[in-house]
Amino acid sequence: MYQFSSKLKIGAIALMVIGLIGIIISFASAPSTEAEAAEILAHQEAAHGAHGEAHATKTIAHDETHEHADKDAHHVDTTHEKHADHHAEEGHDSGHLAHVFHQLQNRPWAAFYVALFFFTFVTVVVFAFLNIQRVAQAGWSIVLFRVMEGISGFLPYVSVIFLAFIVITAFHGNHLFVWMAEGTVDPSSPNFDPIIANKSGWLNVPRWLICSIIYLVGWNVFVYLNRKNSVLQDNASDLKHYYKNYKLGVAFLAFFIFTESMSVWDWIMGLDPHWFSTLFGWYVFATGVVSALTVIAMVTVYLKSKGYLEIVNNSHLHDLAKFMFGFSIFWTYLWFAQFMLIWYADMPEETTYFVQRFDEYKFLFLGMIPLNFILPILMLVNSDFKRIPQIVLGAGTIILIGHYIDVFVMIMPATVGDQWGFGWGEIGSVLFFLGLFIYAVFTTISKAPLIAKGNPFLHESEHFHY
Amino acid sequence: MSSHYEAPIREPLVLGEKSYHDITMDIVKPIEGKANKNWYIAFGIALTAFLWGVGCILYTIGTGIGVWGLNKNIGWAWDITNFVWWVGIGHAGTLISAVLLLFRQKWRMAINRSAEAMTIFAVFQAGLFPLIHMGRPWNGYWVLPIPNQFGSLWVNFNSPLLWDVFAISTYLSVSLVFWWTGLLPDFAMIRDRAVKPFQKKIYALLSFGWSGRAKDWQRFEEVSLVLAGLATPLVLSVHTIVSMDFATSINPGWHSTIFPPYFVAGAIFSGFAMVQTLLGIMRKVSNLENYITRLHVEYMNIVIIVTGGIVAVAYASEFFIAWYTGSPYENYTYMSVGAATGPYGWAFWSLILFNIAIPQLLWITKVRRSFIWSFIISIAINIGMWFERFDIIAIVLSKGHLPSTWTRFEPTFVDVGVFVGTIGFFFVLFLLYARTFPVIAQAEVKTILKSSGEHYKQLRDGKNEH
Repeated sequence: MYQFSSKLKIGAIALMVIGLIGIIISFASAPSTEAEAAEILAHQEAAHGAHGEAHATKTIAHDETHEHADKDAHHVDTTHEKHADHHAEEGHDSGHLAHVFHQLQNRPWAAFYVALFFFTFVTVVVFAFLNIQRVAQAGWSIVLFRVMEGISGFLPYVSVIFLAFIVITAFHGNHLFVWMAEGTVDPSSPNFDPIIANKSGWLNVPRWLICSIIYLVGWNVFVYLNRKNSVLQDNASDLKHYYKNYKLGVAFLAFFIFTESMSVWDWIMGLDPHWFSTLFGWYVFATGVVSALTVIAMVTVYLKSKGYLEIVNNSHLHDLAKFMFGFSIFWTYLWFAQFMLIWYADMPEETTYFVQRFDEYKFLFLGMIPLNFILPILMLVNSDFKRIPQIVLGAGTIILIGHYIDVFVMIMPATVGDQWGFGWGEIGSVLFFLGLFIYAVFTTISKAPLIAKGNPFLHESEHFHY
Repeated sequence: MSSHYEAPIREPLVLGEKSYHDITMDIVKPIEGKANKNWYIAFGIALTAFLWGVGCILYTIGTGIGVWGLNKNIGWAWDITNFVWWVGIGHAGTLISAVLLLFRQKWRMAINRSAEAMTIFAVFQAGLFPLIHMGRPWNGYWVLPIPNQFGSLWVNFNSPLLWDVFAISTYLSVSLVFWWTGLLPDFAMIRDRAVKPFQKKIYALLSFGWSGRAKDWQRFEEVSLVLAGLATPLVLSVHTIVSMDFATSINPGWHSTIFPPYFVAGAIFSGFAMVQTLLGIMRKVSNLENYITRLHVEYMNIVIIVTGGIVAVAYASEFFIAWYTGSPYENYTYMSVGAATGPYGWAFWSLILFNIAIPQLLWITKVRRSFIWSFIISIAINIGMWFERFDIIAIVLSKGHLPSTWTRFEPTFVDVGVFVGTIGFFFVLFLLYARTFPVIAQAEVKTILKSSGEHYKQLRDGKNEH
């Protein structure tokens, strides 16, 4: 049995408290009136102006030596014009200010939502991976089942928060989903949006709310039943509970293959209600699955470092790292497929999604390619490296940061536009959920033996060397 | 390589009381023996179909593409349908040999040889269609980036059709090398048994001087793993690029970001169906019931359910997003209400029936483990997957953006003849293969006899119950 050490418990609680403080600060510092937003904007404009000037002098220096000077100078000109426009707008166009005000108001919510979605989704994909192992009758991974069950034990905790979040969202507690705004489907309203009105069969609050609840409750029911049968099987004399769990696994995967795409349409794609991509559901799954494998590997390495799971050897770690490596390539494949096809066809209603990310999030958008593809490949391609816990931890950290950024770049542009950053809210939310994750996962793990000894394939997993 | 322990709960992969020598005798029987009447009848039919196809091809080349049912709007229909269908079928072989090797699935050993042969023969058929469609097949080498002195223009690297050339030729080469590597020890076994000098000479050449030393085996295993690593992304790449032939366009119904992974899943689905069809016949004709068992059939059916499920989710995504875009043109794509109720409704419903409805029968254990049902369902899927490609191509092209150009595609006897000819050609190759090649990787099956053979399992598990 695993003992949840008080040191780790205190650490987890400390993370939650620090995170919560960050979240509270982020909400407190969000503007509550347009006047406050104007003040924040003025600060930003001042900083931008100084930056623009520095840029200009640099370009002039270029002018003397560089053949691209003309182009650069032109670029500076246009930015100056833009700035001038900006100032003009500030004076006259209150619409722009209202827009920024909403973005700034959204930011703490969006920051919270990025972490919330990331942690929830990764957890449910860990559970999906557990069921894939079960249904495929894999022999190697049985000794890791309790780790995966432990991580799945986080799902109820995070689902409660998620449920609260979607209820608040549905009742206009925040404005993350623009299609929920008043009047979008009402032709007489100034807010009327014919494209959204056309989709109101799908984009309507009751359906969204009910479906969201079905996804979350459905997943949790499977997590609960799976855990119950798994623990019962430990001391059973026959394989009744094993077969029950097998059937539950099949049922869950059939349920999940549909709800996965649907939840992504509801929770992410709906943030940009004009935009669509048929691949999007699976693309987000790729992000989930590579992160899920990483989390399983990291928790396993941690438990081993504390002297538990002595039966897990470096062949098991090797297999997990192979999945991290393989799914990193898989993520890149889907990322490329989606990006390339939209870029190639160049249809405005599709490219808008990437144009905004390229304009306002270039550093993050391009930065996740080395984090999610190049570095994991280089670190994990060697088969000896895949067996070294420190390297798996290092590559895993990079993968998790990269895929957090991926989710960030999915959610932020539609909700806060160019008003993004990494402040109290973003960092606080991650710390809060990390603390809760550690608390929930290790509590669950400590409640049952670390080896699922009733599983009929256990000995294959114990003898696993190659 | 893998652990020798196997859980008692696993069903045996080799039935009966087999010794190593028995396996040898079972595999060489069709090669050393004489062909029976049934073989000659089947070969005669296949050869006739093939010759009929050759006639139709010569007629097409002599007269021009106009002998096909193409028209001003539909510039490719049956030919590209058949091309995609055959390439798709060619996916199972390398998936079985490469991906299942990486996943350490022992059951692949009974079916990989024939599946790889099928892959190679199917890719041959696929390659014929673009070549014939050129109209001047003697200029076929112009698809290669060769210097202008040869009389061609430089190829267009922006065109997915060119990527196809690279993807498919790479896939064919690697599959061929993979197939042949596995064949070396088996050819050597036939060589060592051959009594006629001519036969001995031929098999000596084919086995590349395999000596059976430990060093040979070590290199054999290493090269298999390396090739598996290379071939896995290739399995994905081929149909990804085939899908891009359509998805890079701006046609509603073709331009869909889900196409790459969805085509790959569909290809594996159809490939496994074809393996099921071929092995369903072969296990009977060549008396391989002890090697290709119910369990193998069930496993293949499970792969079919999973990939069929992925395809079903893709259809659902296509259907949903087509509506979600709000574009009226999307109502005439292959997955839309317009298609279901339009003039190609019969093709739409054939697709749903053969590809989605009938395969669901495989959820029933009795059906999944029945040879005859598996055979019937596999044929249904072959038909369904043909309709999928026909629907994507013909329905989408028949209704373009301008209603006055709407037109339908009606195949001529030449269209049908060429297709029938490729089926004939495929079976000619396969029947010749079945008489001259070791159709089961006997060297590999021997490595699992003691861990997974029925007799050995009984001896072991009878002695020490777990």
